[in-house]
Amino acid sequence: MRFSGLRVLREGLTGNKGWKPHWRDPEPKAEYDAIIIGGGGHGLSTAYYLAKEHGLTNIAVLEKGYLGGGNIGRNTTIVRANYFLPGNSEFYSHSLKLWETLEQDLNYNVMHSQRGLINLFHSDGQRDAFARRGNAMINQGDDAVLLDREGVRKYLPYLDFDNIRFPIYGGLLHPRGGTARHDAVAWGYARGADQRGVDLIQQCEVTGIDIENGKVRGVQTTRGPIRAKKVGIVVAGRSGQVAAMAGMRLPIESHILQAFVTEGLKPVIDHVVSFGMGHFYMSQSDKGGLVFGGDLDFYASYAQRGNIPMMEHVMEAGMTLMPMIGKAKVLRSWGGIMDMTPDGSPIIDKTETEGLFIDCGWCYGGFKAVPGSGFSFAHLMATGNHHEPAARFRLDRFRTGRGLMDEEGTGSQHNLH
Amino acid sequence: MRINCPICGDRDRREFYYQGAAVALDRPAPDAAETSWDDYVHLRDNPAGPTRELWHHEGGCSAWVVVARDTVSHEIFDVVLAVDAKTRGATA
Repeated sequence: MRFSGLRVLREGLTGNKGWKPHWRDPEPKAEYDAIIIGGGGHGLSTAYYLAKEHGLTNIAVLEKGYLGGGNIGRNTTIVRANYFLPGNSEFYSHSLKLWETLEQDLNYNVMHSQRGLINLFHSDGQRDAFARRGNAMINQGDDAVLLDREGVRKYLPYLDFDNIRFPIYGGLLHPRGGTARHDAVAWGYARGADQRGVDLIQQCEVTGIDIENGKVRGVQTTRGPIRAKKVGIVVAGRSGQVAAMAGMRLPIESHILQAFVTEGLKPVIDHVVSFGMGHFYMSQSDKGGLVFGGDLDFYASYAQRGNIPMMEHVMEAGMTLMPMIGKAKVLRSWGGIMDMTPDGSPIIDKTETEGLFIDCGWCYGGFKAVPGSGFSFAHLMATGNHHEPAARFRLDRFRTGRGLMDEEGTGSQHNLH
Repeated sequence: MRINCPICGDRDRREFYYQGAAVALDRPAPDAAETSWDDYVHLRDNPAGPTRELWHHEGGCSAWVVVARDTVSHEIFDVVLAVDAKTRGATA
């Protein structure tokens, strides 16, 4: 089934009776060529690219809950490529290019909207840092425009430019940055993978990983054992628990990151705006809700809900930056579980077990990475070689100290990102 | 969350700085193997459930405390001074 404008019109005129489920609900087979543990954004995109780019179609995605029920269903939907360090820069650049052709590629409306992302700065030192970052983005082949105060005012006239503590000096505009409809990304990849023959198996929790003589042989699940010579762990939020099944300890601590949405309002915030000094960022969804968030709660948590102190902090930061939102009513808040690594950058690598691969540690930046992560992880699983844009996301960089990617420059220890 | 500081009593979580897993109490010897230091600095059990953590009562008495806490329910079971916990070892 292909989606098209004509199809929508025809279905609309004939009672919408022709729509079919977007994917099958197959029983697990006894053996696959490869198994992906985790049916979230990264797992589904990995399966899709394994099938599409590498012709591996005898594969299964095992999901303990329902597809897209983890962090892909509970993030703030921002897509950007404004990284600075080699390693991150080329990876997110590649991912953004995949985003730009994703809808045509998947034949699925993921509502990718390149509305522009503006990072504000509030001092001369921050201006220098953003100028440098902008140059790094341009060197990578992406786009960046350094805006002065009047330049920002043209785009965001509603901000409080003269806040006594954080007056706005300007902003770094990333025109190709924006948002996408997060659930649709999971659904689009799921449908694309299913159409290519991938079995998407929900309500199937992996309870063990079978390893013989240092080689992976398959997995134990709540729906019986499944054999495979290649297994990929893509379970951000639960990486430590699944890796432990293979006898691994990871350089990851799980933290809670909260997000908030207001009641639907008329269009008012046209871009993605971030206020680094106050740890606050905001965009407006197509439904009209203001979607915003801040920093981690800063303690280990698997609760998928946060505490009051960070809520207060985020609201205060929002009111500092754009006092006009004060009367918007917050509809709900939620939390996602972040795989926090010591340097704040992710991991896409082999493990010490032959045939066992891991994609994890996305910290609070996993959503925009969904296409690039799946593409690179599929490449690694299919060929055994690291995909060039993701070649620096090594698991052993913490042990060796070589190739750390501390984007914030705060240090490479837990608790600093 | 409220944390019951052994010195100050029951206080808001905002008074405390979170350091991380209580492994910091078991610092390897300076000449320990690279893998011991990797374990200590980077690798974590990261359990979903009961865990032991180091918090610093930054906005209070400045004591380091070991908090036994559930990472799923956020329930706090026990808080002891780190100096007392250290004599018993990190996993005690």
